[in-house]
Amino acid sequence: MSLTAENITKDYIRAGKGTNRFTAVKETDFTLEEGCLSVLMGRSGSGKTTLLNMLSGLLCPTSGRVLSDGDDIYSLDDKKLSKLRNERFGVIPQGQSAVHSLTVMENILLPFALYREKPDEEYAKQLMERLDIAQLSQVKPSELSGGEIRRMAIARAAVRKPRVLFADEPTGDLDDENTREVFDFLKEQAKNGTAVLIVTHENDAKAYADKLYRMNGGVPEKA
Amino acid sequence: MNSLTIKNLKGRPAATAVLLVLSSLLCFAVFVGSIMVNSLSTGLSSLEKRLGADVMAVPYEAATKKKFEDMVIQGSIGYFYMDKEKYDEISSLDSVGDISAQLYLASTGSSCCSIPVQIIGFDPETDITVKPWIKKSGKKALEKYDLVVGSDLNAFVGDTLSFYGVDCRVAAKLDKTGTTYDTTVFTNIDTIKELIASSLDKGMNDFKDISPDNVVSCLLINAADGYSPEDVMNDINLHVKRVKAVQSKNMISGIASGITGVSGMIRTFIAAVWVLGAAILLLAFTMSINGRKKEFAVMRVMGASGKMLAGIVMKEALCITLAGGTAGCLLGALVIFPFGGAAEKALGLPFLLPDAGRTVLCLCLTILLSVLSGTAAAAVSAWRMSRIDAGLTLRSDN
Repeated sequence: MSLTAENITKDYIRAGKGTNRFTAVKETDFTLEEGCLSVLMGRSGSGKTTLLNMLSGLLCPTSGRVLSDGDDIYSLDDKKLSKLRNERFGVIPQGQSAVHSLTVMENILLPFALYREKPDEEYAKQLMERLDIAQLSQVKPSELSGGEIRRMAIARAAVRKPRVLFADEPTGDLDDENTREVFDFLKEQAKNGTAVLIVTHENDAKAYADKLYRMNGGVPEKA
Repeated sequence: MNSLTIKNLKGRPAATAVLLVLSSLLCFAVFVGSIMVNSLSTGLSSLEKRLGADVMAVPYEAATKKKFEDMVIQGSIGYFYMDKEKYDEISSLDSVGDISAQLYLASTGSSCCSIPVQIIGFDPETDITVKPWIKKSGKKALEKYDLVVGSDLNAFVGDTLSFYGVDCRVAAKLDKTGTTYDTTVFTNIDTIKELIASSLDKGMNDFKDISPDNVVSCLLINAADGYSPEDVMNDINLHVKRVKAVQSKNMISGIASGITGVSGMIRTFIAAVWVLGAAILLLAFTMSINGRKKEFAVMRVMGASGKMLAGIVMKEALCITLAGGTAGCLLGALVIFPFGGAAEKALGLPFLLPDAGRTVLCLCLTILLSVLSGTAAAAVSAWRMSRIDAGLTLRSDN
């Protein structure tokens, strides 16, 4: 399975006087291949997250197409696109992304619960073991540290065995040890056949990259 | 998703409690208000039925002293008499259709009588006002010494009540009417004649030289075809001496306007509470959902469609307003039903609590109104969540 962006552009209209059109991502072609870990780096505001959001089906490009197995994902209606995201994509968002009324286990299984599907609890437990949060299964997010919440979000993104895994600054607020663990985990996912895209500032990520890109002028360039 | 709704609500006990209390208060106010308006309206309608006839004719003295109106409307007890000839005189008028005579007697609290009450004797042959009520109580015809007692009296079927030394048997008990009927005892004309005779014998009647066979207290009259109640009233007042005819509707017009006024005030209060409550509910839902924007963005990222997110918001609102509404109504029922009598006394107006069917209907409509208002208040947040920009929301404040 591949995920390909064809000539995608994203313009934002900014409030204020004068020229108010801002191009975050400019006429970009980009491909994520299975079994490959791609790292996208760049300074803040360079359009990294915008590109990730367009690729993950969360942000419709101003122009261009995003193809999953040859189908333009933005030609789908919201219901179908949402289902596709649920089944094929896993996203580790920036910041703290917990649903506070649910336990760690319930948070991780939420992608199944949304579509009332039988949850793969066994795999969820394996992921929790792997990410060292197994003992926190029944704990609410309010009792977790930032690093534990991040690992919970990673397990949740991976629990449906997605074909593409997107990680937006997955180590932003983690210490060195946790950072290494997260990158190791994402590398494993890639080795298991998942296409992985990491958007990060961390220079450590370069060591894990099969492909390294740097965002320059709204266009990802191979580094 | 349903368990997610419950978990979301349980997971935020404070926010959920605030929303529950708000919707409970709204429903409490509306339910209690509606039951009161209903009770007043039913009370008025019951009073109209209790009067039954278009026109009532009483001795001139009774009408001028307001004695009669006080008896009918306020429940004061008393009695007065006029010659039975008046019955024949009035019957002969062209404008008069059905006519029936009643005899009144008041018992006292002294040793002669079991309880101090208004006693009304009616003629079953011609009656147009009392029989329908008695029929409702399940009793077909009253035999001599049979009594039908009002619902507020502490006497039950089978009991024996003694008035002026005459023992009578309680044959039936009326349902609550919300009128002075509730504290009245009914009997047929033969029994009351005997009671009057006995009161005269014991020297306990204000009228010393009357003969029960030759007097009546009140004539209840319906207009003949082609005549209006006003025609009947004018006819009697013009042509029959020492008798005062009053139109039933005029007698209760003061009460009707009082009920209209009180009902209007209650309705205005309900509307004000509801508008204010709905605005607070809208604000509370908006704040509650806004505080969870990131969670909705996370669910969006996990593959929830906009419709699904809106559904989560709406289900939560539905659960809260349904539970809150039911609690508010039940609380309202616990207040209004045991204390309906106190409300009646405080208002000084006919007050008859609606029957079970109407109460359940009122309860269902109030809960429905609560659910509709709550979901309408939440719909704004639901619409906003369905269009949430997950990427932007998750990046903010990081």
